[in-house]
Parts: sequence; structure tokens; C-alpha cells
Amino acid sequence: MSDRTQSESPDVLRRRLLGAGAGVAAMGLLPGALAPTARAQGTFDWKRFKGEKIEVFLVKSPRGDLLSRYHKEFEDLTGIEVGSEMIPEQQQRQKAVIEFNSGNPSFDVIALSYHVQKRQFARNNWLTDLRPYISDAAMAAPDLDFADFAKGGLNYAVEPDGRVMSLPLNLDPWVVYYNKELFAGKGVAYPRTFAEMIDAAAKLNDPGKGISGFVGRGLKNANVPVWTSFLLGYGGSFIDAKGKLLTDTPEAIEAAKMYQTLLAKSGPPGVAGFNWNESQTLFLQGKAAMWLDGIGFAQPLEDPAKSRIVGKVGYGVMPAGPKQQVSALFGDGEGISGTSKKKGPAWYYLQWASNKTNQTRMLQAAAGAPVRNSAYAAAQQSSDFKAPKEWVDCMLKSAAIAQPGLPVISPVTEFRDVFGVALANMINGADAATELRRATAEFQPVLDKSEKA
Amino acid sequence: MSTHVAVAVPASRAGFLRRRRRSYRLLTVPALLVVAAVIVFPWLFTVYMSAFDWKIGEAARFVGLGNYVGLATNQRFLEAIVRTFYFTLLAVVFPLVLGLVAALIFHRQFRGRGVLRAIFTMPMMATPVAVALVWTMMFHPQQGVLNYLLTLVGLPPSLWVYSPTWVIPSLVIVEVWHWTPLVMLIVLGGLAALPTEPYESARLDGATEWQLFRYITLPLILPFLVVAAVIRTIDAVKAFDTIYVISQGGPGTASETINLYLYLQAFAFYNVGNASAVVVVFFAIIVALALLLLHVRERTRWVA
Repeated sequence: MSDRTQSESPDVLRRRLLGAGAGVAAMGLLPGALAPTARAQGTFDWKRFKGEKIEVFLVKSPRGDLLSRYHKEFEDLTGIEVGSEMIPEQQQRQKAVIEFNSGNPSFDVIALSYHVQKRQFARNNWLTDLRPYISDAAMAAPDLDFADFAKGGLNYAVEPDGRVMSLPLNLDPWVVYYNKELFAGKGVAYPRTFAEMIDAAAKLNDPGKGISGFVGRGLKNANVPVWTSFLLGYGGSFIDAKGKLLTDTPEAIEAAKMYQTLLAKSGPPGVAGFNWNESQTLFLQGKAAMWLDGIGFAQPLEDPAKSRIVGKVGYGVMPAGPKQQVSALFGDGEGISGTSKKKGPAWYYLQWASNKTNQTRMLQAAAGAPVRNSAYAAAQQSSDFKAPKEWVDCMLKSAAIAQPGLPVISPVTEFRDVFGVALANMINGADAATELRRATAEFQPVLDKSEKA
Repeated sequence: MSTHVAVAVPASRAGFLRRRRRSYRLLTVPALLVVAAVIVFPWLFTVYMSAFDWKIGEAARFVGLGNYVGLATNQRFLEAIVRTFYFTLLAVVFPLVLGLVAALIFHRQFRGRGVLRAIFTMPMMATPVAVALVWTMMFHPQQGVLNYLLTLVGLPPSLWVYSPTWVIPSLVIVEVWHWTPLVMLIVLGGLAALPTEPYESARLDGATEWQLFRYITLPLILPFLVVAAVIRTIDAVKAFDTIYVISQGGPGTASETINLYLYLQAFAFYNVGNASAVVVVFFAIIVALALLLLHVRERTRWVA
């Protein structure tokens, strides 16, 4: 925040955001610029919408809980009254579809999971483009510092045509949790490449002692990100420019074989039915050497009441594949309903929810991994911050090499189901290439239809 | 209302009855309206929707019988039907046999019978989702108590619901544990209603215990067993919560019954048209099954 310059006008930002449409990655290079301009003009006023009322629709999660707890703070700051509804993720997604389809949703602000809902929301034009607010000095808060937002998060928030449809709040890059004691016991070093990873898993696997070299999701649907983590490292991707699936290419098949090898040969018995919670249980008991999943599990792993491996957990960045080193990324943010009549107050809420204070709180409460880079330094200064430094380093390094872990398409759930079944079949011995070809043939028509309709 | 009319206008007895019947018919209108609104209309609307290729959020396209043709060649759906029958068969037969045995035991007089019977019926009172969660923990291949028990008696551990082959039998174990008491209660009621005379005369003729059961008890309680079978079949065909919580239809699709397939289509993929077609097919299957069971029930009725 100290690097803010006083010279850039809102127009500069607008142009930069437009430019970002061509190369979304450019968003990460934005200097934290616009805020002081607003202050200099002295037109931004938190109390501008005093007396109005907005409805926010959140997901029941540690992050949703945290924001709700501080709604009073927003109300005091702005004089805007907040009505909030918070329901579990699955139901929230169903209700969102139904409410938006009704044409008159009951909320002004909605939380969305980018990896599932981004394309669906964009295709149906359900959200409000935020660029006019961002570039309006009277509307953008002094501390809305875009340079502070991690690149991966902005990638998610910006559409290919440059529209900014939401503000990102939380990032979930996938990392490798590893048991340092088991690694040391067998004299194995943390793997730097996929080949070393397969090798390490095989060496550490010890069924006689009930220890698995590797554990991860095998349950259909949930298991897809494990495979895509490998797929990205092999240089594969999901869809080409013409909308043709790339999920049966040699890269995809190699990634599937790696998945099959790790889970079937070095994984625990019954892993085809494991979701993250079964995987976590096994790892917590010290019965698995490596566990690949989202970064949000440090808290239980370091909790002596739950974990037998406190202090022995290593937080590893995803090893490099033959083509590139990528951490599969998931994330969520908040947007404003396109039909909302309270867009101004809703925009104020968005800015408050994503401000540095709330982002730091999220990290301190171990409720997620904030999008704002500054939150990491801020949280570490606090005395009650418990997450290990290694975890913070892992998060920052992973976020820097992150790419979306799922294709940005409407029928994400169907994609996960079809390919999830194929992967589960592989664990139980099916041929990787055959399964992927079958799944690709089954899903291509679904994808075609979703983009045509 | 009718008596009011009758008192106010004295008329011939036949005319009075006719008028009364007509006014009674009027009284059924509210009930008919409710049935039409909550059963007939949704049903017809489902049939209507099944003729469209419609995903929520997208335009609906009329496809006639297209969804049905698609289902007839959809391997995943056809496998789900087979699995539903497999699951239903196991989940009806085992509780029936075990429930009958339990009822025969609890029908005898012995000390502590009341307490034991109360304990035995307890599973029935538990919430299905809670039951499913507890069993999920017990089935865990590494941390589950079931594999611990197996190793205690020297048997190799099983993968239970984590194995494609064993997932349905394992799910049936949960159903059996949960619903055997219901069968027992029904049969126990039947046993209590049996006359004692046939037994006395059979004993005088020197019949063995097995003969008593085979030729007197079983035929007499058969109608009750059929009722229990009807209830169990309905429950087993529509089983969803246990399967969804424990295996989510997995591993892969190894425990995906019609209900789970339907849930995915309707509430995960929002394919409302296709899901409606599944409902119609499922409904046809249930009606056929119900007619069959009613037929069996008629055949086993006591001929007094």
C-alpha cells in the first residue's frame, strides 16, 4: 500500500482494465494506483448511501461466518443496513440458479465459487460489470488497491472481454501436505518433479505398517482436481479455442496414468471411495506420507486435539510436471446481481468485504487464503497467528504458479461427474486411455449444447 | 347442509335420497381439488416436461419422446435400474427372513422379553441420515470398527462400501439393521392374533415343532408377511438418503440406483427434461411393482 502514487487518474485504471481483457494476466501488474486520486478529489464518502438496505447471499463456511460476524462494522461505517442469508454451498448454488432465473433475485450481493459458477454466471449475464464503479473516483474507496490482489484471483474475476464481474476474496491453490517424519525415516527428500513424486510415493508406501505413500480423493466428482493437477503439469489443458475437449490427448492420458499409479499402487485400500475428509483422517493419523488437496487444511493438521502429526507436517508446493509447474487453483468471490436496485450500496459492501482488514482476519482465523498479498505480512505480525511460516511461504509460491483447476464452462458439475467416474474406474483397474476416451465422447455433446443454447 | 334442505322441503323419500347424494358429491369437491392440485397436476406437468430438452437457465426445446429414446440406450441409466432391483431384492428378503425369526423368538415367553424387544426395535427410531453417518465411520477400511472386529476373529479386512463389488451388499446391511424391527413388529402382531385351537389339535395328533410352524404358523401369518413385504419393497425402491450419505452412488457408479441418477440429473445437472423422463419411467416401474404385490396380497388372504 505504501507504493501508491498520487498521479494516476481513474481513466488510467479503466484503460488498464480494458487492456487486461486482452491479456488477463496483466491485471497482476497493476500498480496500486487509483485510491489516492479518490482521496485527493475528496469525493469518496463511506456514508454516501446512509439509510439504505441491502441483501447479501453468502455460503455457509468459515469465511461466510467471519464476514457475517463483522456486518455491524460495515453498518457503522456506512450507515447501510445489511440483511444476510447464509446456506450450505450445494443449496446456495441451486438457489442461485433458481433465483436468477426468476428474473428478480432477492439479493443484491452474492458469493460465488469461480471454479463452478464463473461461466454459468457470465453466460447468463447475471452479474453487474464493476468497471464503472472501479473507475469512478467518487465510488472507489481509498484503500481499494488492485495491485494487492493476487494474479490468480483477478484472472477469475475478469472475463475474457475485460469486464470485471466480481471481486475475488479467497484462493485455494492445491498443495502437497507431507509427513516429514515418514520422509526422514526412509531417507526420502521432498519431490521436485512428477517422476520423483511417483518414486517417493512408492518408496514410502508400506502396507504392512498400514502406511500409504500417497493419499487423495478417489470419490467420483471430488477426485477430478487431483487429475487436473497432474494434467496441467503435463502441459495439457481442458478445451481448445473451438470448444473441443482436450481430455483424451496424450498429456491427459499420461496425467490419468499418474493418478492411477499414485492412488492404486501407493494409495490406501478403498481409496476409490475417499473424499477429502477420509484423506485428511488418514493423514492426521500419520498413516499417509503425502496428501494432495487444497491449501485450507493447516488448522486441523496443527491442532493437537485432532492431529497426531503436529509439527511434523511439511507444506510442499506442487512438484513440477514434464512441461510446467502448476498449482491447480480454486477460489471464490462476490458479485452484484445484474438486476439489483441497490448497486451503489452493494458495491460498497464488496469493497468492505475484500478490504485488507477483512482479508487479514480471514487468514488469522484460518478461514481461507486471502487474495490480498498484504494480508500475509499483516497476519504474521499478529501474536495470535498460528499457521506455520512454511504454510504461508507455500501459499505465496503456489498462488504465483496457479492456474484454474477446472475448465471454465457451464456444466462443471457434469464434467466432474463424467470424468470422476472414469477416474474411479481407473483406481479399480480400468485402462486410463479407454476411460478418458469414453468420458470425452460422453461429455463433448453436453459441452457443445451448453455453449450453443 | 343436506339435513337443512331435507327439513325445509319435505318431499318423497326417493327424491330426498337423490338430493342428498348430490349434495354429498359436492362435499368431495375440496378433496378433489387438493388431489388435482398436489398430485394430478404435478404428475401431468412432469409428463409434459419430459417431452422437452430443458436445462434450467436455458431455452426448452420440444423433443417428443427423445428423452425416452435416450434413456433406453443410456447404459448408465439401464445399469441403475438393474442395481435398484438388486438392492431392493436383498433389502426386502433379508429383513423379512430375519424379522420373522425375531418375531418367533419374541413371541415366546421368557425373562426380560419386554426389555429386549424394546432394545431390538430401537434402530427403527433413528434418523436415516444419522444412521448412515455412523455406518460410514464403521465401514472405513482403515479406521472402521467393522474391520477391527473381523481381524479379532481372524478374518481378513473387507473394503465394505469402498469396493465396487461389495458396496450394495454393505448398504443392504445398513437397511437390514435399520428395518428388520419393523418386519418383526408386523409379524408379532400377526402371531398374537393366531387362534390356539389348531395348535392344540395338531399337538394331540403328534405334530413336531417344525410341522407346527410349516403347516400352521406360516400359512396363517403369510398375509402379515406380505404386508411387511409391500412396505419394505416401497421403502427399498425409494431408498435414497442412506445411499447418498454413505457412498454417493460410488465407487464410480457401483451403487448408483435410479434415485441417485435422478438426483444427479435434476439437482446437480439441472437437466429437468431428462429427469422428468426418468421420473415417468420410475413411476411406471413402481406402479407395475405395486400391482404385482397387490395381486400377491389378494392371493394370500385368509379365506374365512
